[in-house]
Amino acid sequence: MTDWPLLSTITFLPLLGALFILLVRGDEETIAANSRAVALWTTVVTLLLTLFMISRFDGSSAEFQFVERAAWLLPGVDYAMGVDGISVLFVLLTAALMPLCILASWHAIKLRVREYMLAFLVLETLMIGVFCAMDIVLFYLFFEGGLIPMFLIIGIWGGGRRIYASFKFFLYTLIGSVLMLLAILYMYWQTGTTFIPDLMAHGFDASVQTWLWLAFFASFAVKMPMWPVHTWLPDAHVEAPTAGSVILAGVLLKMGGYGFLRFSLPLFPIASDFFAPMVFAMSAIAIVYTSLIAFAQEDMKKLIAYSSVAHMGFVTMGIFSATTQGVQGAVFQMLSHGWISGALFLCVGVVYDRMHTREIAAYGGLANRMPIYAAVFMLFTMANVGLPGTSGFVGEFLTILGAFQVSTWTALFAASGVIFSAVYGLSLYRRVTFGQIEHEGLQQIADMDRREIFIIAPLVAATLIFGFWPMPILELTAPSIDALIAAYQEALAAHFGGSQ
Amino acid sequence: MGTYHAIVFFPLIGAAIAGLFGRLIGDRQAEYVTTGLLILSALLSCISLINIGMDGGTQKIMVLNWISSGGLDIDWVLRIDALTAVMLVVITCVSSLVHVYSIGYMSHDPHRARFFAYLSLFTFMMLMLVTADNFLQLFFGWEGVGLASYLLIGFWFKKASANAAAIKAFVVNRVGDFGLILGMAAIYFSVGSLQFDTVFDSAEALAQGEFDFLGMTVPMLTTICLLLFMGAMGKSAQFLLHTWLPDAMEGPTPVSALIHAATMVTAGVFLVARCSPLFELSQTALNVVIVVGGITAFFAATVGLVQNDIKRVIAYSTCSQLGYMFVALGIGAYQAAMFHLFTHAFFKALLFLGAGSVIHAMGDEQDMRKMGGLRQLIPATFFMMLIGTIALTGFPLTAGYYSKDAIIEGAFAAQAAPHMFGFAMLVIAAFFTSFYSWRLMFMTFFGVSRSSNETLSHVHESPPVMLVPLVVLSFGALFAGAAFAGLFVGSEQTAFWAGSIFTAADNQILIELKQVPGWVVLSPLVMMISGFALAWVMYIYRPSWPSEIAAQHDLIYRFLLNKWYFDELYDFIFVRPAKWLARFFWKGGDGFVIDGFGPDGVAANVLRVTRRMVGLQSGYVYHYAFVMLLGVAGIVSWLMLTGGLS
Repeated sequence: MTDWPLLSTITFLPLLGALFILLVRGDEETIAANSRAVALWTTVVTLLLTLFMISRFDGSSAEFQFVERAAWLLPGVDYAMGVDGISVLFVLLTAALMPLCILASWHAIKLRVREYMLAFLVLETLMIGVFCAMDIVLFYLFFEGGLIPMFLIIGIWGGGRRIYASFKFFLYTLIGSVLMLLAILYMYWQTGTTFIPDLMAHGFDASVQTWLWLAFFASFAVKMPMWPVHTWLPDAHVEAPTAGSVILAGVLLKMGGYGFLRFSLPLFPIASDFFAPMVFAMSAIAIVYTSLIAFAQEDMKKLIAYSSVAHMGFVTMGIFSATTQGVQGAVFQMLSHGWISGALFLCVGVVYDRMHTREIAAYGGLANRMPIYAAVFMLFTMANVGLPGTSGFVGEFLTILGAFQVSTWTALFAASGVIFSAVYGLSLYRRVTFGQIEHEGLQQIADMDRREIFIIAPLVAATLIFGFWPMPILELTAPSIDALIAAYQEALAAHFGGSQ
Repeated sequence: MGTYHAIVFFPLIGAAIAGLFGRLIGDRQAEYVTTGLLILSALLSCISLINIGMDGGTQKIMVLNWISSGGLDIDWVLRIDALTAVMLVVITCVSSLVHVYSIGYMSHDPHRARFFAYLSLFTFMMLMLVTADNFLQLFFGWEGVGLASYLLIGFWFKKASANAAAIKAFVVNRVGDFGLILGMAAIYFSVGSLQFDTVFDSAEALAQGEFDFLGMTVPMLTTICLLLFMGAMGKSAQFLLHTWLPDAMEGPTPVSALIHAATMVTAGVFLVARCSPLFELSQTALNVVIVVGGITAFFAATVGLVQNDIKRVIAYSTCSQLGYMFVALGIGAYQAAMFHLFTHAFFKALLFLGAGSVIHAMGDEQDMRKMGGLRQLIPATFFMMLIGTIALTGFPLTAGYYSKDAIIEGAFAAQAAPHMFGFAMLVIAAFFTSFYSWRLMFMTFFGVSRSSNETLSHVHESPPVMLVPLVVLSFGALFAGAAFAGLFVGSEQTAFWAGSIFTAADNQILIELKQVPGWVVLSPLVMMISGFALAWVMYIYRPSWPSEIAAQHDLIYRFLLNKWYFDELYDFIFVRPAKWLARFFWKGGDGFVIDGFGPDGVAANVLRVTRRMVGLQSGYVYHYAFVMLLGVAGIVSWLMLTGGLS
């Protein structure tokens, strides 16, 4: 393998593209056209590089790969990048969703195109950085940095209540991150390093773990989002432009789950074990409570947003079951939800671009005029409902299987989610696509055009292929997850064995 | 081995062609492709049943590794044994006949390609269900047929009632699936595998085991069986989870025949038969199965007595007959249940398709109160329906006679309390069955016509493409019982099933049922005749009686007509509270509590505090100096107290 810093290239290539966009000159039209082109090419090249990186990735190893390390801020605080079986797929997810987002914004964004593309490219760098960082300070910078472009995307290109939504989004996530920063400072003072593998080897005291776990939890629970700190998500989704929603649901929500896997379980196993019942309770509430709320929604995006919270409940439940099935299911669920919810938001975007409303009651009977749209929307509705044969099922089932081994009550509530998701999913679908066309404005609505089909096609493929054959993902993540769980169990055994 | 691939995947290929390229190749071609592939699949299934019948044994054909995660290892496998082979024949034969029939029945519909794609997709899913070698693949087929059923019930998507029925079917089924998912999780938890053979091999150990479930220590096997049975109750529309089936009649009639009579609704029966190694060891679970089956058989038959929609009568009849099958399973006569499933598929599909022919003739009229006297106008349809009716009511030597009587006798033979309950329910239900079946015949085909002359002038016999499937099915309805009784439940049954159905050593029910007293053997026959006689009196001899009786016993009549008020009850205890809770959580939970004390509250407070802070900035230097002094004093004293200075 060459010594070329592949991960840094992938991470900072979008930033380079962003700088390039700054150089674009000309009248407004030219700037917009060139910015779009630069953004698209940058994201495509990033995706190709990511695919190249995956092809060189050794899926049988649990180790970090493509590791780069260089002295940075302080002794012990290095610039360190690397990916393992868990993070590599999130890098791919991010890189793959980005070009679709740029394409989805092609006509929808007309104002300040240059700044919009700029924000997206910067966001891509920060998101990929989160999944590649092997140093916790570096991780923190990427993790919190991602707030800013997202804040701007909602605040500038958002809908009517965008200021309120972006403010709420910022407030929630900021409070969590302050606590995480304090925890990181403490860990550095304790250990003299912020390199994640070293921290994993450190083994914090049980009493310290509790506080550190809670500090990290505050940040990740908000990002996830877990009940009851989820209320920023529906507002953020509703106001965000389509591509913003795709990225928010597709990638940003996964950072919380990724954080749990990367930090909470390996660094604070004893605290994780201690708090697992609390997480289970919050997950179970999230699944039942937000599924019910989803049922009452009148706004398409809000409904999908609430359904996202419910689906993330499966993720947290799976992670803290700390069983192979649970954790693998959680990772799978995060990836699968990444493209399914992304696709659902794109589906909303398709009709929003035509009718400029997200109100469910403004639609009805779309199947009469839009057969392709109806078919695509059906597929993703069913995937969201967790029908076997779609990727939505695999994660849901594995997490339930994992949770059942630890807590049958949690599994029971989670399984009731299959009923609720069918209720809100199918009633949304019915109200939008079935029935007669009753609204005058819908009489001439056009079916999906080529660009829209092209955007959604990869997501259709991913949903079906990984529904019938999830093995590539499961195999790639298995070594890292097995190692994670083995270390976790070992730490627990050492602790409880010692205290008895 | 290519044969089995062909049987299972031909329908999928058909569905894909019709679904994806339907608009390209045209409706007619889509019909021919799907129907042709299904007929091929049906022929191959019949051959394979003969092969299996001759050499027995279980074949497994690996297709693809599906999910591996830790100890969980699940493959896509086609498992073919006698139980599967029987289902293959039922599914592909009825499905291909329904395909052929639909060419005629749906000829005026603008979306025929889509319809045939759904039909074939359904068939594929059903085949995946019955060829499953593990619980998860079974669940895939299980949900897949649910999807197809949803799509087909709501096929006429412009109709609001069809959409509502489709969602209801899917959601009620999901309530059952909830149990099935937990059942699978419990199986994996206690056995460490979801593969059938592995699970069945550890049945003995499970029967001894206990585990902690929802804070209670419960017997493993019984819990697992009951959870699985919950799934079966949903899919097979058993009492409490039955409400979706009558509404499902909103779909096109061929769909009702295929999905909601012959195949999908019997999946629950198949599931229990497949899991006979588990159920056989849990008497508690079996007793529950008997009681639920018995209640369903009785309950659905009572509702069927007074319905006026021709399809709904048959739908309730299906529900009731499924109850018979579950009683058979519960008494340990799995073979008899499968036998009844097999014969029922023929005569019930026949009845539905016949009803479809009537509806077609009457210009989409389904209300029997507007029919009557159709005997002369559509004689072929009448004759086919007659065959279906005598088979359903168990007229001697027809298919229903063999399979239904075996179940009733078996229920009596065991002599235990739940069994006697089942026996009583089934005998009463047999009387009702005969009554509502003949009521349907009399109201539709006899007496004077009650429809408008306008409608009558258009009444026409269905085209051959619809009648031929009826003829084929009527042969099945007449002779499938006599021809297969020996193999399914008679002397050759052990060799035929070849271990695909497990019965405990002391389970001799198939032999005992032949030794019941004469009056038990005669009871179904007596019930059939008296049901016929009563229907004849009420609808031919004294046609004014039904309305008089209904008026006299208004309460009972309305209770039955409104299906024991189950829809209203569920609306009251589930639907409305859920809607209320949804709004309460949204406005109260998220809006008032979380946002109110969270971001919105914080924002409001920040604003208030800032205003006060503004007031502090008075601009006088001595104010600031004073505050500074206070601060310094505070810090110094804190440092001294904590010993930071020394």
